[in-house]
Amino acid sequence: MSLLTIENLRIAFPARGGFTEVVRGVNLEVQQGETVGLVGESGSGKSLSCRSIIRLMPSHAQMTANVQFDDRDVMAMSKKALRDHRAHNVGMIFQDPFSCFNPTKRIGEQVAETLRVNAGMNKSAARARAIELLASVEIDRPEQRYRAFPHELSGGMRQRVMIAIAISAGPRLLIADEPTTALDVTTQAQILTLIEQRRRDLNMAVLLVSHDFGVIAQACQRVAVMYGGYVVEAGPVAEICARPQHPYTRALLESIPSLESAGHHVRRAGIPGQPPTAGATGPGCPFAGRCAFARPECAGVDMSLEAVGDAHATACPFVRSVSVTSQAGGA
Amino acid sequence: MSETLLSVQDLTKRFKLRRSLGEFVTRRPGDSALAVDHVSFDLAKGEILGLAGGSGSGKTTLARMLIRLVEPDEGVITVDGRSVRDARGHELREIRRRMQMVFQDPYASLNPRMTVGTAILEAGRVHHQPGSEDGDAFVSKFLDLVRLSASTAVRHPSELSGGQRQRVAVARALAIGPEVLIADEAVSALDVSIQTQLLNLFLDLRDELGLAILFVAHQLSVIAEVADRVAIMHLGVIVEIGAAAEVFHNPQDEYTKSLLASHPRSVPLDASREIRIGE
Repeated sequence: MSLLTIENLRIAFPARGGFTEVVRGVNLEVQQGETVGLVGESGSGKSLSCRSIIRLMPSHAQMTANVQFDDRDVMAMSKKALRDHRAHNVGMIFQDPFSCFNPTKRIGEQVAETLRVNAGMNKSAARARAIELLASVEIDRPEQRYRAFPHELSGGMRQRVMIAIAISAGPRLLIADEPTTALDVTTQAQILTLIEQRRRDLNMAVLLVSHDFGVIAQACQRVAVMYGGYVVEAGPVAEICARPQHPYTRALLESIPSLESAGHHVRRAGIPGQPPTAGATGPGCPFAGRCAFARPECAGVDMSLEAVGDAHATACPFVRSVSVTSQAGGA
Repeated sequence: MSETLLSVQDLTKRFKLRRSLGEFVTRRPGDSALAVDHVSFDLAKGEILGLAGGSGSGKTTLARMLIRLVEPDEGVITVDGRSVRDARGHELREIRRRMQMVFQDPYASLNPRMTVGTAILEAGRVHHQPGSEDGDAFVSKFLDLVRLSASTAVRHPSELSGGQRQRVAVARALAIGPEVLIADEAVSALDVSIQTQLLNLFLDLRDELGLAILFVAHQLSVIAEVADRVAIMHLGVIVEIGAAAEVFHNPQDEYTKSLLASHPRSVPLDASREIRIGE
């Protein structure tokens, strides 16, 4: 039984003369205690997709899906049930930890406020627990830091406080939306390690959203690759890095800058053209316009995922037929 | 290595911190933070020097001092043997023509009310660049240089994607006819696939125009893709400088080592992975 199942997620925004679909039928599953990555470039729909789990949508967005969390239907939740769901089941951290805080309140009070509202603690219990939480995200001298204002903390430190708030209710799932994008590499490594430790201690699942395949490869067991509102490939991280099946995934992996390149400037092929803007692509594969292997039939591809291996699936039907036959031929 | 174009010696910048009430009352001078601490390096013609470091290491302050957007406190900067710090008026303009900067955020660095063509042409005319009398030809020459179609000239920045805007920012810098390009986190805000295109563009510009590039970035792997030499900054000091392969594969300094160690491992590449698409 999976912790989270999202089926046929569609999110559309009003546009001239109708709606523009920016998430176009995404399926995603997260098991208890695992770390799943959602990787894609800007505009691929990855942030919106993960916000669907707590129905955190812009007011004019239209969302349809079947979202099951721990056997409960998120789409059918009443206002009160949804509030409970957001407070107790799912924690969320964002890229920019500064804009998530009230700049005029001490950070400890902001952690304690969450506890008082969500867990109904009294003032002194909330304070004591907040200090414990600050210590658990490895903030040194938590009693003193309790009194700090957000602007007095570094970016990495603020992200730690965000994590403290997100895990304060002991959630089953932590959604981390680009949690390290604004941080230095050294801090990035520390934050990823912290998330991993908290995940193990609290036995929660983590959904890590990032544009950086390096971060995903380091932190996740499974990954879904998004492009133009679709999941184009999904499977175990090691498998996808070693044997990417969708042409987009391969091109993306080959675009990643690497320390190994130091000293010899072999130009990377990269991906020509621009990522599609929301709703700019018609039916068929949204990557066809930039794909080195594009063919006329790409316009008719329905973008559903088909298995190509153990738990590994891709939306490109052309790569599938060929790799399956060549595997059979080699065996 | 060919001739030195830009030379920096003992460049230093202190930023004054706010004085405490006690210091204010007793008229003691406030503390200051040493943002850049006696930094020296050379940049040769046609060379790409990568400047890496964490946030707050002073790399942006250093880059800005080179064209005196920030006034240095101490030290010597010379371009072709001419002192940048002593330059005034016409001479300073001439030095700024020879060194152009490209910033991280192309949303902020382009005038939203100006078409791409006007922005490029204005930059060229202000500095009396040859060819700038013939507007259209001048604009399309530089758009072509950054691999944008000539039709981009009539667009406004708001109609362009982040990658296209950054190309326009590069085109505008090039229109002034620089010999040194200072790229301050110029690809950091871009998606990976677009980042690759821009990195290749910088390599092309070096080859085609013989530009020297000071490439400032916090991401070591991005620097590894383009730099001939690398300088690692930490707390205002260049802790290590040398050939890119040498610094990345055989670091000597402890800070460089720790920086490299916390860098995400390269995605495991399988040499045998092949994509096969056929009938």
